Amino acid sequence: MTEPILRVQDLRTQFFTSRGVVHAVDGVSFHVDPGETVAIVGESGCGKTMTALSILRLVPEPGRIVSGKILFKNRDIVEMDGDEVRNYRGNDVAMIFQDPMTSLNPVTKVGAQIKEAMTAHDRFAPSQAAERVVPLLKRVRVPAAERRISDYPHQFSGGMRQRAMIAMGLANEPSLLIADEPTTALDVTVQAQVIQLLKQLNRELGTAIILITHNTALVASMCQRVIVMYAGRVVEEGPVERIFAHPEHPYTWSLLRSVPRVDEARKGRLVSIRGLPPDLVRLPPGCKFHPRCLFKVDKCMTEEPELEEVGPGQKARCWVKMSTVSEEARSAAQASEISFDVAAEIKKRMRSDARA
Amino acid sequence: MARQSAATAAQLAKAPADRDIVRVENAVKHYPAAGGAVVQAVAGVNLQIRRGETLGLVGESGCGKSTLARLITALQPVTSGRVIFNGQDLSRLRGRRLRRVRREMQIIFQDPFASLDPRMTVGDIIAEPLDNFGLARGKERRTRVQELLRLVGLNPNFTNRYPHEFSGGQRQRIGIARALSVSPSFIVCDEPVSALDVSIQAQIINLLQDLQREFQLTYLFIAHDLAVVRHLSDRIAVMYLGKVVEIADRVDIYEHSQHPYTKALLSSIPVPDPVVERDREPMLIKGEIPSPVNPPSGCRFHTRCPIARVPGVCSEVEPELEPHGHRDQEAACHFAGEA
Repeated sequence: MTEPILRVQDLRTQFFTSRGVVHAVDGVSFHVDPGETVAIVGESGCGKTMTALSILRLVPEPGRIVSGKILFKNRDIVEMDGDEVRNYRGNDVAMIFQDPMTSLNPVTKVGAQIKEAMTAHDRFAPSQAAERVVPLLKRVRVPAAERRISDYPHQFSGGMRQRAMIAMGLANEPSLLIADEPTTALDVTVQAQVIQLLKQLNRELGTAIILITHNTALVASMCQRVIVMYAGRVVEEGPVERIFAHPEHPYTWSLLRSVPRVDEARKGRLVSIRGLPPDLVRLPPGCKFHPRCLFKVDKCMTEEPELEEVGPGQKARCWVKMSTVSEEARSAAQASEISFDVAAEIKKRMRSDARA
Repeated sequence: MARQSAATAAQLAKAPADRDIVRVENAVKHYPAAGGAVVQAVAGVNLQIRRGETLGLVGESGCGKSTLARLITALQPVTSGRVIFNGQDLSRLRGRRLRRVRREMQIIFQDPFASLDPRMTVGDIIAEPLDNFGLARGKERRTRVQELLRLVGLNPNFTNRYPHEFSGGQRQRIGIARALSVSPSFIVCDEPVSALDVSIQAQIINLLQDLQREFQLTYLFIAHDLAVVRHLSDRIAVMYLGKVVEIADRVDIYEHSQHPYTKALLSSIPVPDPVVERDREPMLIKGEIPSPVNPPSGCRFHTRCPIARVPGVCSEVEPELEPHGHRDQEAACHFAGEA
């Protein structure tokens, strides 16, 4: 058994706002093994980014980690002082963000920024750091790296900026890289290049990756394990192949069927999840997904289920579980979005408009 | 080849003059850029949109797809070429006749936050097109707004609320109700779901499909998400640097792509299925899109193309969009089908 490099235990991160306490991360536990690629998926506001920022101790005001443990190689990050956290950030863990332009300094040359990432963390002496810049850019396949180190970020295209960010993230050879929607801002052909690069780096350097995304196709393409979050909690987790083939939580099931596949030409209707995610200040009682769930039973509205073992390496937080739901019940999720009576009324009116 | 020309001839004979609701003929749109340069946003596009179909328009940022949509909806004049809507040349229409045509075409925009006036009530937003065209007043106006709200799945009593009280998905429903208010026959959907969360995307996609079936609408569906476009479209046009490089039905475009860019674009997209992903080898193309201010000579794709003959025909001669592959399929490539 290998020891996980990261173990998150019952993490709670909250924001103290004038509206009340926002329960952004509400009792999250998971682990990451060395060299593993783990996805955290969910929609905006589900807590996936706040979980990542908590791991880096970068939770913005007015938020803070209120309880739980984040053990990185058995050291609790939550308890670290400022110096220890700075040493851990960048050296052990690095993060790449969605928008590389806002994360790069526009008035510093790209090469100097990558060098600074190394010298700031004392991992490499300044002369050593300078020597590493070009090889790092080459490693992330920036063409003409020797020349491009003297460019400013605005002279880089979107894809090249993301590569520079990845180079910076890898500068201190971290054992964990957190990538928050790393390809969302990029065009699809460039997206494919960056995904390829991340996969290669994971293989070649053995860097573990936490991929934070809403894109289930990206998860299928890059990750070994997936954690599904909803309303600040983990609702399902397990090996990617298992979860995609046999999701047990209705939210996971719907999420996977709510997006079309490019390799299928129009295959039936999409599953649409009714309503909206809950307000994280006033969470509903019972299962947090029950107001949107098509398969709920009475118990779901009053008692919150635990995250429990449902298959090999798979856990789900649900009283019902999709494996018990009939085909007929599932098809209700593809019902029409419009009322045909209203449509008929409007059509009558349209005909008279056309004559006008 | 024989099969193809026979099919084309049969089609020409069968196609009545009004098969197409929109005909774009060699449309060009130039914008001035800094230093006297010219951005060739749309660089000679020919395409037809058939009555009742959904034509998907895809391409990466800067390919000219949104500009083309603006030309088709007469929001921008063409620099040269023509856009024919229902048999009428848009650039020749003025006054009442232009207004009449505008009623027939509506747009659903990408950003449901920017496209609704924050100071107007939802009722007034939805009724604005009705007011503009003098279609309904007083009680009739109120009834219509409530009907439209119900149609798109919103509470009919919400007429006095403001946009900020709604979520992204609900705002997009408001935008759809507004577009439908004047009974258009043609709707341009410009990235209508890309600003929405995945679970909400499905609601809007299903809604657009239901409305099309119910009201026999023609859609021009523009998006960078090819999976969504393929799900919704009958035919798909692929744009690159201001040009249509390939157009085909939704099956052939993917299964028998003729243009190497189409192939690369479609193979770049991961599939939400780990079993498929294990063996999928994306056809990666090098580099990024060149600037439309100074597009490459010959075929605009030759700088990134895996099969281009350079120097040679690809860097010297611009290929025409011509029939290649299956029936109803056209591609602009000297070596179509060889990638």
